[in-house]
Amino acid sequence: MIWYNLLLDLVIILILILGIYLFRYPKPARTGNIINAFALFAAFALVLWRHDIFHLDIIVIAILAGSLVGTMVALRVNAVQIPAMIAFQHGAGGIAAFLVSFIELYRLNVYHNELIGQISGILGLIIGAATFSGSMIASGKLANKINQRPTILPHHSTVLLGLAILVISIGLAALWMNNPIRVYLLLVLIFLSILLGVVFAIRIGGADMPVLISLLNATAGLAGAFCGIIIQNRLLIACGATVAASGSILTHIMCVAMNRSLPKVLIGQAKKLSKETISKEDRLMPDVQKHTKPKTPPADPYASATDLLKKAKKVVIIPGYGMALAQAQFIVTQMSQLLEQKGVDVKFAIHPVAGRMPGHMNVLLAEANVNYDKLVEMDIINSDFPHTDVALIIGSCDVVNPAAIQQEGTPISGMPILMALEARSVIVCNLDDKPGYSGVENPLYKMDKTIMLLGDAKTTLEKLLKGMQD
Amino acid sequence: MVNLLTMLLVFVFSFVIGYLLISKVPSLLHTPLMSMTNALSAITILGAVLIFSLETNLKENIIGFVALGMAAFNVVGGFVITDRMLKLFKKDNQNLTG
Repeated sequence: MIWYNLLLDLVIILILILGIYLFRYPKPARTGNIINAFALFAAFALVLWRHDIFHLDIIVIAILAGSLVGTMVALRVNAVQIPAMIAFQHGAGGIAAFLVSFIELYRLNVYHNELIGQISGILGLIIGAATFSGSMIASGKLANKINQRPTILPHHSTVLLGLAILVISIGLAALWMNNPIRVYLLLVLIFLSILLGVVFAIRIGGADMPVLISLLNATAGLAGAFCGIIIQNRLLIACGATVAASGSILTHIMCVAMNRSLPKVLIGQAKKLSKETISKEDRLMPDVQKHTKPKTPPADPYASATDLLKKAKKVVIIPGYGMALAQAQFIVTQMSQLLEQKGVDVKFAIHPVAGRMPGHMNVLLAEANVNYDKLVEMDIINSDFPHTDVALIIGSCDVVNPAAIQQEGTPISGMPILMALEARSVIVCNLDDKPGYSGVENPLYKMDKTIMLLGDAKTTLEKLLKGMQD
Repeated sequence: MVNLLTMLLVFVFSFVIGYLLISKVPSLLHTPLMSMTNALSAITILGAVLIFSLETNLKENIIGFVALGMAAFNVVGGFVITDRMLKLFKKDNQNLTG
């Protein structure tokens, strides 16, 4: 190994580290992104320089085509579609990873490779193929092309386990076989891994999507790293491992924010309330419900809501995925601007799992021109609620559900929530008063200080806004 | 064996450094972060190019073509979309009346 090869690799890795380091603040992050793009380009140029490459024509055409489509799609998507787009890109990365692993494994009798390299290749192939199909399912769900609810097959866990065992055994067998049997085994392995990804991903849905997409982020990186071990390229390994680390962190954060362990999310446990928990709930009778029932709705909820907003000095807006679905983020911005012009202190409370991927709400609101210093994380904003006049909830349910902290045995019990219930009054602009994804009734809706404005959030807010301007 | 050891070291080193750095990224930027790392994971494009470092037959050409195209889609699309997102993040903007 020539010393300057190692040095060049190190320089590129350091540039990558710098790029990621810049992601601590929004402004430098943009530079960081460009720096990382440059680092990847440099790594690519280095490969071309180090190796004699045949068929440059094929390479150029393929890369031009891929880049062109990638750029066009990336320039068109809006913030609501971003999760689906990112999931789709994970899938594209998965395809590349398993195809490269496949070719390398198939060529192994052409040049020598150690056992570890071969094992890595098999792992890259399996993880890449499963990432591909899992991401396609995730993307379809996020784009609302397939049912967002979890699809549970009969004996789902058994099928999944059986598939996993089959994949591992065939993977092991492929290690000891030579061509042509090996090629067939690898093809079967690809097919089964794709199936595994599908069976794995269809069971996860709705509000659990942030976990799935983070996990696929990690596996896409892992597949890249394994790919790097078989082709013995340090840069591939470094990048893959960094991405795997990033995906793991995000997965962990999402799980903590829902107070659920990863296996529970993945095997979709406790989706429905058992009979025991329901009866337990009745016995508990949470505080909020004691002094609330029966509640008579105000004669004109819009008038009372407008009135509250007009008098308010401090308003906290709590957006959820419903806001994205109703495309209401722009009118939400108008509302916040109007309030600010009247001298009201307006903040946005962002729950870590609000939306369909980590940080989704921030991007949606940034797109709608909300300054990011108004977007406040849960831990910080929660102490503000007791002296907040109005908590304005737009399309979120589970993340403000007091049942999570007051009742035991529900699917969301123990999940940290935004303490909207502590605000002096609450206005809910949701589509309906049905429970959120968790299926747990929201006692907040029944509190005296809560005004329910049901229906499409965009229409509701337009009405409110009009009332405010009059 | 020496080579293998380097590989393992690179993996562990990158994972640890990545872990330390990325845990400092605020939740505000988690979506762009995932989108950027998503682009990084398509560094498999290096592996796809290396398919062509040996003489290839037609099948390998096709597979290589698909792998390259997909990786390029992921890499370029990923960086472009991240840039677009980060451009949206504004603070104390003068003109907000929209």
